[in-house]
Amino acid sequence: MALLEVSNLTKIFGGVRAVQNVSFAVEAGIVYSVIGPNGAGKTTLFNLITGIYVPSEGQIRLDGRDIAGVAPHELARFGMARTFQNLQVCMNMTALENVMVGAHLRLDRNLFKGALRFPSIARRDAALREEAAELMRLVGLEAFIDAHADAMPYGALKRLEIARALAAKPRVLFLDEPAAGLNPKETSEVDILVRKVADSGVTVVLVEHDMKMVMNISDQILVLDYGRKLAEGSAAEVRRNPDVIAAYLGTHQ
Amino acid sequence: MPRSRFTGLIVIAVVLAVLPFLLPNNFYLDLAIRMMINACIVLGLNLLIGFAGQISLGHAGFVGIGAYASAVLTTHYSWSPLAAMLAGALGAGVLAALVARPIFKLKGHYLAMATLGLGIIISIIVRNEAALTGGPDGMPVPALALFSFEISGEKQWYWVLSGILLLSLWASLNLINSPFGRALRALHGSEVASQVVGVDVAKYKLAIFVFSAVFASLMGSVTAHYVGFVTPNVADFFHSIELVTMVVIGGMASIYGSVIGAVLLTALPQALTGFEGWETVAFGSILMFCMIFMPKGLVPTLAAKFGRR
Amino acid sequence: MNGEWLPQFLQFLFSGITVGAAYALAALGFTLIYNASNVINFAQGEFIMLGGMLTVFFLQSGMPMPVAVVLAIFIPALVGILIEKLAIEPAKNAEVTTLIIITIGASLVIRGVVQVFLGKGTHSFPAFSGSEPIAIAGATLLPQSLWVLGVAALVVAALGWFFSRTLMGKAILATSYNRLAAQLVGINTSRVLFISYALSGALGAIGGILLTPLTLTSYDVGIMLGLKGFVAAVVGGLGSGLGAVIGGLLVGIIEAMGAGYISSAYKDAIPFGLILVILFFMPRGLFGSKVTDRV
Repeated sequence: MALLEVSNLTKIFGGVRAVQNVSFAVEAGIVYSVIGPNGAGKTTLFNLITGIYVPSEGQIRLDGRDIAGVAPHELARFGMARTFQNLQVCMNMTALENVMVGAHLRLDRNLFKGALRFPSIARRDAALREEAAELMRLVGLEAFIDAHADAMPYGALKRLEIARALAAKPRVLFLDEPAAGLNPKETSEVDILVRKVADSGVTVVLVEHDMKMVMNISDQILVLDYGRKLAEGSAAEVRRNPDVIAAYLGTHQ
Repeated sequence: MPRSRFTGLIVIAVVLAVLPFLLPNNFYLDLAIRMMINACIVLGLNLLIGFAGQISLGHAGFVGIGAYASAVLTTHYSWSPLAAMLAGALGAGVLAALVARPIFKLKGHYLAMATLGLGIIISIIVRNEAALTGGPDGMPVPALALFSFEISGEKQWYWVLSGILLLSLWASLNLINSPFGRALRALHGSEVASQVVGVDVAKYKLAIFVFSAVFASLMGSVTAHYVGFVTPNVADFFHSIELVTMVVIGGMASIYGSVIGAVLLTALPQALTGFEGWETVAFGSILMFCMIFMPKGLVPTLAAKFGRR
Repeated sequence: MNGEWLPQFLQFLFSGITVGAAYALAALGFTLIYNASNVINFAQGEFIMLGGMLTVFFLQSGMPMPVAVVLAIFIPALVGILIEKLAIEPAKNAEVTTLIIITIGASLVIRGVVQVFLGKGTHSFPAFSGSEPIAIAGATLLPQSLWVLGVAALVVAALGWFFSRTLMGKAILATSYNRLAAQLVGINTSRVLFISYALSGALGAIGGILLTPLTLTSYDVGIMLGLKGFVAAVVGGLGSGLGAVIGGLLVGIIEAMGAGYISSAYKDAIPFGLILVILFFMPRGLFGSKVTDRV
């Protein structure tokens, strides 16, 4: 059974079908990419799967469990984590604290124990601090471990989101355009990072515009166009697909 | 773990310890006590407004519930002060919990409106139920006796409140740096980001709202017993605004800012008594001036200026 | 008993729409400023107070009624402009809470100045066309109520014309939808702010002048009137002009009915109970648009 199964998924916004009748399956342990021209419905698809939007029709199964319409904070319990295309970093906190928030569900969140600083909480927090710093080094942010989030450049914030998502120890990680707005050097760093994450056993689902990166690291690619599934297959298969070529060169219709 | 977080706490403890020996008379001691009471309420409110990012323009309503629970239950029903205080806190907490779900679906100005409405309704009830509350004239409150010990005189109250304030400061500092506190700040920073890492946003907003309401109610009870008298002013809109102003002037999301804001705004009316009729104008001008030139509040502005965050 | 419910009902209705018309004007003031600058102006109620108190003052100093009224509208409009220039513009990018406190500071200053110069007394002036009640189906209506309703209707119609037919009105609407886009097409958004605050001050003052012969005035009437205007604006869904008018009338009528049939002591609590109930079921008021956050 696939880790993630999406069948006949449809989302209608006031008459507009942003995603229509999309089906696909993601096996555990692979890098699965979703590509398509602007407005193809990639981010909407992500928002549907991660619980931000409620689907109009269709099913989403994680480990065989139907998760369509389940709230995002519940999905986190099932091992789902994500980053955002337009940054969602908490600018009122330090970089390290942002990563520590990622570990939310793995901590004792009791208000009173926290206020009275129970030794168990203090110990766990100290360990978490180390863990979070380690994650920041992993994503290449060692220079920002003591920084406040609002003092960090764009490229660093994109990676901070990845570190936060990893702090949740997810089984499946959704990355929404992790390389958007980055320079070529940063992009290749993210490229390596995604591979590293996948190799550690986390399933990665990726939306990305950077074709070189997608073709490089994806085991499987889904192509969307006008909210519909256009093609699915390996990088080589997708690259040869005439429909995909037409959609990207704009010769269809 | 940086110990420096608690430097401020130690400084405040030292100041509190020597202050009574420097103050010339009970007038100043009384002022210090009222500053400490306000500082405690403002701490709780800052957790809600500054850290969780949820405005409340009706918090004096909860202070009023505590104050009147202590006054009414002890006077009319001869409850013990402690039981009355706890009943008030329970009432405030239950009310906060009941309205929290629908209220925190609201954002920005709609949330401001809803909390303002809640506070005003509470203050109107207090004003109208004269048979119980004495109406606009208010009513006396017996002294605070805990078991066989009775707190009386400014000196005793001063030490009791110093203890409460230091404890509240310590607990607040702990809280904001605990998993609960980080989740709270995260939902302020980005609600959706906090959701996807597993923060049940509605639950956290409810929890901190109830917590700050209960705390406000407890401090309302303390105020009532200390002053020995309550009037509906304790619950009214203007008092809510005063509390929010203390939060904002001191600095949103600043623990020590809460103390500074409470100290300054409690002292301000005293400082303005020389203005003969112009107090309101001066008070309003100072509010505007502070907010225009230090929109982030005193403590964060100064901290940024001297290179510390 | 059977034959008596109608006159009583009408009586409550009349007093409800009269005071509701004044709330509607205040709510329009809130809406104008909210649309132009995304600020809830807690000093809105003080414009209402200023309208009444200034008219009283000018009449006492011997001016004829029309002059007094014109001045009592003009000065609050000027005060509105001053608030915008001196307090709102310098704090442009501040948070909602900070802006709320700034406008509350402004309201304290206005209230304080009036208290210093005009005292704490309660005042009134004679109704515009006598106080001989007009009998309608067993209920009575004061001529002043007709003045309130007539002028409010005229003002609403004039505003409707202004926003749909004049360039400046359209510019204000455009700015409220999207400030940046408005600037890009060459709209002078600082003039939009200027006019919105001035209009808002004038609207409040008109309401205050019309109401004073019915409800009296003093330096502190602005707080409650302003808050109820805010309720009315939120009932209608912040930002909607039509919503503000309907919200104002609704709040006025429900308040009068509640005071008449349920409890007059809780008259002031009714609008706030109403707004809580409405917001619980419609988080953006009756006419507010639904927005989805983009992530």
